[in-house]
Amino acid sequence: MRQFITAYTLIDGFKCMVNGRLLFYQENILTFADFIKALYKQEQVNYPKFYKMDALGKLGFIASELLLRNKDIKSYPPELTGVVLSNSSSSLDTDIAHNETIRNREHYFPSPSVFVYTLPNIVIGEICIRNGIKGENAFLVSESFNSELIAGYVTDLFSRELVKGCLCGWIEVLGNRCEAFLAWVENQADVAETKPGPFNPVPFDAEHLKLLKNQNDR
Amino acid sequence: MGYRTQITMKQTYIYEDNIISSLGFTTQENIESIRSNAIGIRITDDPLLYPRPVPLSKVDPAALETRFNAICEQHKRSVAPDSFTRLEKLLITSIREVIHRDDLNPYHPKTLLILSTTKGNIDLLEERYKAKFNHKRLYLWELARIVQTFFGFVNTPVIISNACISGVLALITASRYIQSGTYDDVVVAGGDIVSEFVIAGFQSFQALSPDPCKPFDQNRSGLSQGEAAGAIHLSSRKPVGNSRMVTLAGGATTNDANHISGPSRTGQELSLAMDRALQQAGIDASALNYIAAHGTATAYNDEMEAKAIALSKAEQVPVSSQKGYWGHTLGAAGIIESAVAVASMRNNQLYRSAGFETPGVTIPLNILTEHRDAEVDQVLKSASGFGGCNAAVVFKKI
Repeated sequence: MRQFITAYTLIDGFKCMVNGRLLFYQENILTFADFIKALYKQEQVNYPKFYKMDALGKLGFIASELLLRNKDIKSYPPELTGVVLSNSSSSLDTDIAHNETIRNREHYFPSPSVFVYTLPNIVIGEICIRNGIKGENAFLVSESFNSELIAGYVTDLFSRELVKGCLCGWIEVLGNRCEAFLAWVENQADVAETKPGPFNPVPFDAEHLKLLKNQNDR
Repeated sequence: MGYRTQITMKQTYIYEDNIISSLGFTTQENIESIRSNAIGIRITDDPLLYPRPVPLSKVDPAALETRFNAICEQHKRSVAPDSFTRLEKLLITSIREVIHRDDLNPYHPKTLLILSTTKGNIDLLEERYKAKFNHKRLYLWELARIVQTFFGFVNTPVIISNACISGVLALITASRYIQSGTYDDVVVAGGDIVSEFVIAGFQSFQALSPDPCKPFDQNRSGLSQGEAAGAIHLSSRKPVGNSRMVTLAGGATTNDANHISGPSRTGQELSLAMDRALQQAGIDASALNYIAAHGTATAYNDEMEAKAIALSKAEQVPVSSQKGYWGHTLGAAGIIESAVAVASMRNNQLYRSAGFETPGVTIPLNILTEHRDAEVDQVLKSASGFGGCNAAVVFKKI
């Protein structure tokens, strides 16, 4: 059975696209914090835990939310849904924040609410909690988005029938530089059952992942 | 022939492995230390790591220098030992032994290095290292590239950073690559150092035990941090010889979808990972001879794990946590604890769960209180971590 990308989110340069349609762009936004807050408000996401998350968590949460809110992922058993994400800087953005709290012995205030986010897979945990995803999960690190790595890893999970639906992609934040590309992948048969939407599913492979992610560069 | 037929046919054989910890620089040295009941966790008073004395398991710095310098001297290119970070030295020394013993060819296009680490060169955030090492070394792919280049691996390493399941997940990923025929030989290497960064973080969680950790014990009061590196060579090639070989026969990951820093209340999700790993290996839980548990010695982890083991109907199986010997070694944990499990299979010996005296979880488990000889043919290794992640892997003699 072949797999298809049936929805995706792309965030780059404080611009957000879902399934190829521009969802959010404001020229005057200069910081990641302002951007993510404005996007959260515009899309009327209501999830109080959002405010506790670090930057990577917020970016991953919103990107997944915009993609999954129109998908009936609960139709799959939770144990057969998965999340496979990757990025370049791991949790360095929050590592630096945690390090600031311990640099000075006279002003020493490490906090569990910061420290817990010094792992890149916490964003996977946040997405799993929100969507009840209980199957395979993995966080991979690569210098830049490696479509072959992700396509290979996720295709293998489908081949082993460990997942029937899988969120995968790239989620990167460092300071005010952020980039997200998340795709929801499912089997062809399941795609046929979903309602026709504005986005035509594309085959899931390294080439299509790369094409979708880099469409802004053309 | 379909893909599924193929993946059920290819075996993943375990070749050489290495453990570098407070208990030694080879798997054998570590096993001998364990056999003689040595504990590597010591109260350490190092103001550069923490303002107060704290129990830690550290690799002997002078011994590491000696070994690493020798490796650099034998290297075909000229390399300056002090141009490497502490973690790079640990990883290279560990991988070197595995490659050397197996005469593995890193240049082969079907050979891959998988790196497991949670924090990489995190000590480079400290002021004292800023002038010495480029900031770029904080990126895990740069750390991996340095290790890759040292040995000349042709393929870009795959890097797994998935909290405390990183090592087990790296092993699972390796076996998947081998079974699908993507790679024939995979070296899985993992490591993390003891750092001010992580000690301060766990301390803020009040997760650090004031004494060496006591997994599954009634008086357990948190984890001990440890540093270690480990490497395991996995291959699709059947080893020569008549003796039975250890294989990696199954593995899976799951997520609790419950809380980012607290484990599942029921243990159902870890149990699911265990069941899937057992199913892939084609064995029942009752056929297991040993479970190498995660056993961090925090109240919640050990309780959740006990529930998961019971849900998977494995509560009669001898179980231990090796963290009583060398603490929680993060990205190395899944690899070095698997290496001990494999040593148990090869030696037909089970080792006691250090730090355990009085049962301290609500479900009675068969916790190993002494070393003993036993037929060890089938073993399960589990892991769980922040972010709600769980992983299990099954090793089987064939």
